[in-house]
Amino acid sequence: MGAEFVALSLTPILIGICVAVACALPGNFLLLRGQALIGDAISHVVLPGIVVAFLLTGVVATGPMLFGAAGAAVLAVIAIDLIRRLGRIEAGAAMGVVFTAMFAGGVLLLERSDTSSVHLDVEHALFGNLESLIWLDATGWASLVDPVALAGLPAELPRMALALLVVAAFLFLFWRPLALSTFDEGFARGLGLRTGPLGLSLVVVSAIAAVAAFDAVGSIIVIAMFICPPAAARMMTNRLGHQVAWSAGFATLAAIVGYVLAGYGPLWVGAAASVSAAGMIATVSGVILAVAAVAGPHRKRGS
Amino acid sequence: MLADALLLQLGYNATLVTLGAALLGMAAGVAGTFLFLRKRALVSDAISHATLPGVGLAFVLMVAMGGDGRWLPGLLLGAAVSATVGLLCVQWLTTRTRLGEDAAIGAILSVFFGLGIVILTVIQTMTAGRQAGLEGFLLGSTAGMLRSDAILLAVASAAVLGLVLILRRPLELAAFDPGYAEATGWSLGRIDLAMMGIVLVVTVVGLKVVGLILIVALLIVPAVTARFWTDRASHVVMIAGVVGGVSGYVGAATSAIAPALPTGPIVVLVGFALFAASLLLSPGRGVLASVLVHRRYQRRVHMRQGLLALAQGQPIFEALTRRLMHRAGLILPDGVATPEGQAAASKALLDETRWSIVRADQSFAAAAIRYDGLTPIEDVLTPDQLRDVDLRIAAPQVVP
Repeated sequence: MGAEFVALSLTPILIGICVAVACALPGNFLLLRGQALIGDAISHVVLPGIVVAFLLTGVVATGPMLFGAAGAAVLAVIAIDLIRRLGRIEAGAAMGVVFTAMFAGGVLLLERSDTSSVHLDVEHALFGNLESLIWLDATGWASLVDPVALAGLPAELPRMALALLVVAAFLFLFWRPLALSTFDEGFARGLGLRTGPLGLSLVVVSAIAAVAAFDAVGSIIVIAMFICPPAAARMMTNRLGHQVAWSAGFATLAAIVGYVLAGYGPLWVGAAASVSAAGMIATVSGVILAVAAVAGPHRKRGS
Repeated sequence: MLADALLLQLGYNATLVTLGAALLGMAAGVAGTFLFLRKRALVSDAISHATLPGVGLAFVLMVAMGGDGRWLPGLLLGAAVSATVGLLCVQWLTTRTRLGEDAAIGAILSVFFGLGIVILTVIQTMTAGRQAGLEGFLLGSTAGMLRSDAILLAVASAAVLGLVLILRRPLELAAFDPGYAEATGWSLGRIDLAMMGIVLVVTVVGLKVVGLILIVALLIVPAVTARFWTDRASHVVMIAGVVGGVSGYVGAATSAIAPALPTGPIVVLVGFALFAASLLLSPGRGVLASVLVHRRYQRRVHMRQGLLALAQGQPIFEALTRRLMHRAGLILPDGVATPEGQAAASKALLDETRWSIVRADQSFAAAAIRYDGLTPIEDVLTPDQLRDVDLRIAAPQVVP
């Protein structure tokens, strides 16, 4: 655990933790509101948003891309709602129509336009590249307090930490109204809460988390973190606060164990190269969910 | 070039693939309709993502046994096995734990997909077996298919379509009237199992054509599109089949002339174009039709209110009302009624007076429900009843 660890593994693990927790926190509410698949839809439509932002600005810059992706997410949510109402179609099917079409459009745009010069392709969008976010300026643990070395941190880390902060602040500020409208929407409305805008802002906050995470780790891990840790936490407790805490813990665990297994696991069994960290983190979160589903104290309905 | 592709002039392989894709699209459209009507459309998303680890493991296994890792039947078999496991996991999570089906779907699709990616990265580090080509399973690629693969695709698609058509009757029953299906002795559980089986087969066969990320669209979009055009069960199924077939056909043909493009997105966008057109243009439930109905209603209300105002000698200020009435020749530009206008106005007033009597009388309760301020009373009452009503208009008022 020396210099090499700090330079090569510390930042990816930290980014992984930030991503996992930032997605898992709003995921709790999405899960309880029966909107678990919104995370799935959002992470698919982020791709066209990023591609369009790239085509408009011509550069791979964080600002426009985040903006484009968030715009696409909001557009998708509105389109889903519109199609659901206009066509009188159930929400799941409307979602399936919208996110597949937008994803397909994004892929075609990407393939048709000349992005060979920049780091933008479908595989990257799906899997991300957590392993590449290394901290070259680090020479050891002492670098953590060295301002020169800290300036060389991958930009994704502060960005992701900021996203986590935004998500956490939103949940902290709107905890009571969110909890109320999640469990008893009619009562919340009776109290005068605006449940519509509240629901939409939850989706927007989820989109912020997804978009920031997407850049670093790709869409699989985003979907997995939206759903698996909250679902596992749901099996552990009946209290909302405890569930959110459990989910954050599970998310952190999945990020650390997943990254370590992906980076070092193959070396332990004698293979030469590492495997996809994003995929491994998703897999570990699935294992956690499986364990919770088999052994969690509140796994059954009504328990 | 596109015309050549659409007319199947690009050689034997491309023709086989295009026809296969069309058949597959039809099967997917029909099977997807049942899925959609049972409100389980997104289960297919979990199934399709769950195929990836199977594809990867099958590749590893075949290479380990010294074969060619890209042998398509083997890969599809692996896909089918892991998709089945994924489907069972979704079922288990939904029935045995407190998770809802949507959460179970999301969990399974992301975890299996993640595992699949892990296996793909393992394969990339393997030196043997020429791993290139597995990415085609993500987004579909039909260009440059082997002859044997094209034949397999066409035959399997035809077989799936046949299977769907054979099982159509019970599936239709379960989708449109589950209660009746159960009462007549069908087991809903078994029908659902058969439906999932068909969806699974469609997904596996469609992997190479549409890719596992987007195949869910081929199952959902045709059904949703068809729903716009008819309310009849058998017609929904048929139209969905046609929409799916067209999507598959055009998508595969287009991709034959643009080999660099993945097939899946093209197929999906063709389907989505059909959907968008239906959403806008369908006669019953389309947006355009709704707007027209609304406009017609708005005009009738304005006209009626204008006529009543005219009959009571009140001036009309509302611009739309004046324009409508002027265009109908009922008033002059300065707001003065023409003879036709006066006739229509007194008719409207008479109508309103008759209605007010009908609505005040309990014995006309059944007719009074139909009062909306627009329906002429002649449409509701018989001439005899009207005569009764008119007598009361004329009847002298009792002075107390």
